[in-house]
Amino acid sequence: MIGRHLLATMRAGRRHDSASVPSLQRGQGTWLLASAAAAVAPHGAWLPPWVAALGLALLAWRGILLWRGSRPPPALLLLALALAGAVGVRAEFGHFFGKDPGLAVLVLLLGLKLLETRAARDIRAGVLLCLFLQLALFLEDQSLPTAALALAGTLLALAALVALADPGGDGREHLRTAATLLAQGIPFMLVLFVLFPRVQGPLWGLPADAFSARSGLSDTMSPGSISELGLSSEIAMRAAFEGAPPPPAERYWRGPVLTRFDGREWHAVPAAEADAPYYTPTGPRLDYLLTIEPHNRRWLPALEHPGPTQPALRHTSDLRTLALRPLQARSRFALSAYPATPVGVDETAAVLAAATRLPARSNPRSVRLAQELAAGARDHGEVLARVIAHLRSLRLIYTLRPPLLGAHPADEFLFDTRRGFCEHFASTFAVLMRAAGVPTRIVTGYQGGEMNPVDRHLVIRQSDAHAWAEVWLQGRGWVRVDPTALAAPQRIESGIAWALTDNAELPLMLRADMAWLRSLRHRWEAASNAWNQHVLGYTPERQRELLARLGLGSGALAARVAALATAALVLFGGLYAWSVRRPPQRDPVQRLWLSFCARMAAAGAAREPWQGPLDYAAHLARCHPAHTQALREICQTYARLHYGPHPPDEDVRALKKQIARLKIK
Amino acid sequence: MPQDHANRLLEAASRIILGKERELRLALACLIARGHLLIEDVPGVGKTTLAHVLARLMGLQFQRIQFTSDLLPADILGVSIFDRETSAFRFHPGPAFAQLILADEINRATPKTQSALLEAMEERQVTADGQTHALPEPFFVIATQNPAHQIGTFPLPESQLDRFLLRIRLGYPDPQAERALLMGEDRRALLERQPAVSSPADLLDLQRAAQRLHVAAPLVDYIQALLGATRNSPEFAGGLSPRAGLGLLAAARAWALLDGRDHVLPEDVQTLFPHVAAHRLHLAADGRSPPPETLMRLVQAVTLG
Repeated sequence: MIGRHLLATMRAGRRHDSASVPSLQRGQGTWLLASAAAAVAPHGAWLPPWVAALGLALLAWRGILLWRGSRPPPALLLLALALAGAVGVRAEFGHFFGKDPGLAVLVLLLGLKLLETRAARDIRAGVLLCLFLQLALFLEDQSLPTAALALAGTLLALAALVALADPGGDGREHLRTAATLLAQGIPFMLVLFVLFPRVQGPLWGLPADAFSARSGLSDTMSPGSISELGLSSEIAMRAAFEGAPPPPAERYWRGPVLTRFDGREWHAVPAAEADAPYYTPTGPRLDYLLTIEPHNRRWLPALEHPGPTQPALRHTSDLRTLALRPLQARSRFALSAYPATPVGVDETAAVLAAATRLPARSNPRSVRLAQELAAGARDHGEVLARVIAHLRSLRLIYTLRPPLLGAHPADEFLFDTRRGFCEHFASTFAVLMRAAGVPTRIVTGYQGGEMNPVDRHLVIRQSDAHAWAEVWLQGRGWVRVDPTALAAPQRIESGIAWALTDNAELPLMLRADMAWLRSLRHRWEAASNAWNQHVLGYTPERQRELLARLGLGSGALAARVAALATAALVLFGGLYAWSVRRPPQRDPVQRLWLSFCARMAAAGAAREPWQGPLDYAAHLARCHPAHTQALREICQTYARLHYGPHPPDEDVRALKKQIARLKIK
Repeated sequence: MPQDHANRLLEAASRIILGKERELRLALACLIARGHLLIEDVPGVGKTTLAHVLARLMGLQFQRIQFTSDLLPADILGVSIFDRETSAFRFHPGPAFAQLILADEINRATPKTQSALLEAMEERQVTADGQTHALPEPFFVIATQNPAHQIGTFPLPESQLDRFLLRIRLGYPDPQAERALLMGEDRRALLERQPAVSSPADLLDLQRAAQRLHVAAPLVDYIQALLGATRNSPEFAGGLSPRAGLGLLAAARAWALLDGRDHVLPEDVQTLFPHVAAHRLHLAADGRSPPPETLMRLVQAVTLG
């Protein structure tokens, strides 16, 4: 008996539920669709194009139905669409497991769910799906713009929920309520962020391509390989110096060292590794913090020449710095540099021999030129001076678009084309020096970097990739020579944008004449950097440090849970107290009236708390006889708006205007 | 426009009753709010004239009942008398069957007689010998009471006073009005010559128009705050009843209508409040009805929006 009654009640309740929201109302639907579009659109960047397009098309269909007020499509059609979508996803990915197929299915399901939305329950399910898709954005990308997108999407989803609870309300009111809710959630988010145990390593299912090498540098170099990078404004790393950074001409960030030359390409050769540098650092020291973007290699392009570091780093015999593992996540290193240190003074004979080897019959004209230049020279230093003088006299042209070179690149560059990028200069110089018998090798890395005036970080981009040469001189060791500086000293002094005669070759962001754009970019990059350092860089270690500093000891689970609970309770208490003590929300008319009364009180005619608007008008007229008419109008308008039958919005604006026109100081 | 009738009426009335515009307006508001009026004053200030004027100007049937200690309920309501020809009792309506009744010195009658009238006022019908007789529409009672001579009177109990919507005092005329009164024609003669300026139907229109007047939520809040203040104030023994609240709102509506507005303002409520509250509240100290200053103080203690 009771059971039957209960069942009847439940049925009645369900009927009531669907009856109270017969179908999606226009205001609710708009919010819901906006929220869904904001959730689906960003996934378009990595989902298969047809999935994103179909998902958005389903939303558009729903929008058309909503605006026409038509009935939802038949359930059978939706079922068929769902099956077709599932088959498509299976065909695309080959399976249903993992993040990408899952997201694809979710995007399609969201569109289908909204198409069959009839009851309030369906709207809630739709909002939940939207929120999940917002969360899933972070599985793909965790940058600041993504966070902003997710925040905006969450706001829209909340607005849809608010619209569901208050179908008659006004859209702006819904958005305001949603924003308040979101703002109230932020303290809880911060507490969870700071105190909730951090997960070691990247989030589950971070895209595999995050680990693919994106660095411009590689361990081979052929003509044209670096000039491609000149076009990329992507950030390679950032350096924050403790004192003043070195002058631009001293900023050489050492990457792969290339010793073996096959006549056309330069290759790296294996080198020994050790925990300490192969030299004794001397001279002035620069301390800095290097934040390097992931490139999936172990290279750490450090400022020449790094001093001993934390045990986490390795040093090679060709003077490079390596990380222990390939850099698959943005990493931070505390480094020091000794720019004046002599290096490789006691270089081994094998290394020196390898650094003078040239393949037979390659670049014959250059070899002949070098032999002519070296004839009669007293030592290698003099050869170096003569080669430099000769190169300078040639007036070679520095350009991002060098002509293609054939089998003897050095010959063609020196004698025919005379136009090249840094790798042409470095490679040709090295060929000449080796032909003259001087041990020489190519060093690639980055040169320069731009100071971001906003956060005082030196930003090094892929476009700062550079190749230079190193010459071994008796008693001095390896000496850096940058042949590019002979043709384009600005490249070294000021950066690539100033060295190229024709700016149009560069992408917009790198051009020298776009000052305002650069300043905007500085700000943006400083914000991104702060995000990376403080949000994404909040690792388990840093959390432990912070907890220890907060006096939570080793951060044992019980202590953390207690801290979380305490913080949440304090926040709840604070919010509750705020909501209780906050004065009740007043309507716009009342706000206008109270501000008017306050203004009049300041003008010496305060309203008694019990005084009605008409009484007050009479009182005001006695205090300001010159404005009797205007004052009476204001009071009468207010009385009509506040106590009269439903005021239209124009009248509220009229009251605002009347008050604004009043000239009483 | 219904309030045009009202204005014409007030204008005509103030030509006969000099210097009492406000009291006339209150009386008319009471009439429009379908309430009954209690006038408390010494004799000779024009209470009877006021009732006469209102009846005359609106073309209402008028009856005056002088209350004395030997007046019986049947003297007011009427009696059933056996009719030989039809061999049945026939009801002979008493003076209460008029549209406007002046119950003069109501506190001189016995409580039994008083309550007979007061019940008729509330029910707007008379029941005699098991038969119910409807009173005419509109039905309006103006009762007078002399506060000065209380010997041999039966003061109206609180429950009965609550049946009167408003209590007003006429008071002495100001010197200028009194001079005009002394120099001018006899008021009765003036009244005799005065034709009706509106009809009972107009009055019903006014009553309906007043009921349609808009009352905003903030105004209801304000009335509640006022009622709450009377109930919580230590100055009074007991506060205003919900019926008093309803009466206050109805009277404020009528007042707003007379002012030509389509909505009620706090000022209307504040104007009517002393007249609604004076005969319903009693000072905690001595049980007397509160003086106007006390009521004004109460109004000023209630914050508005």
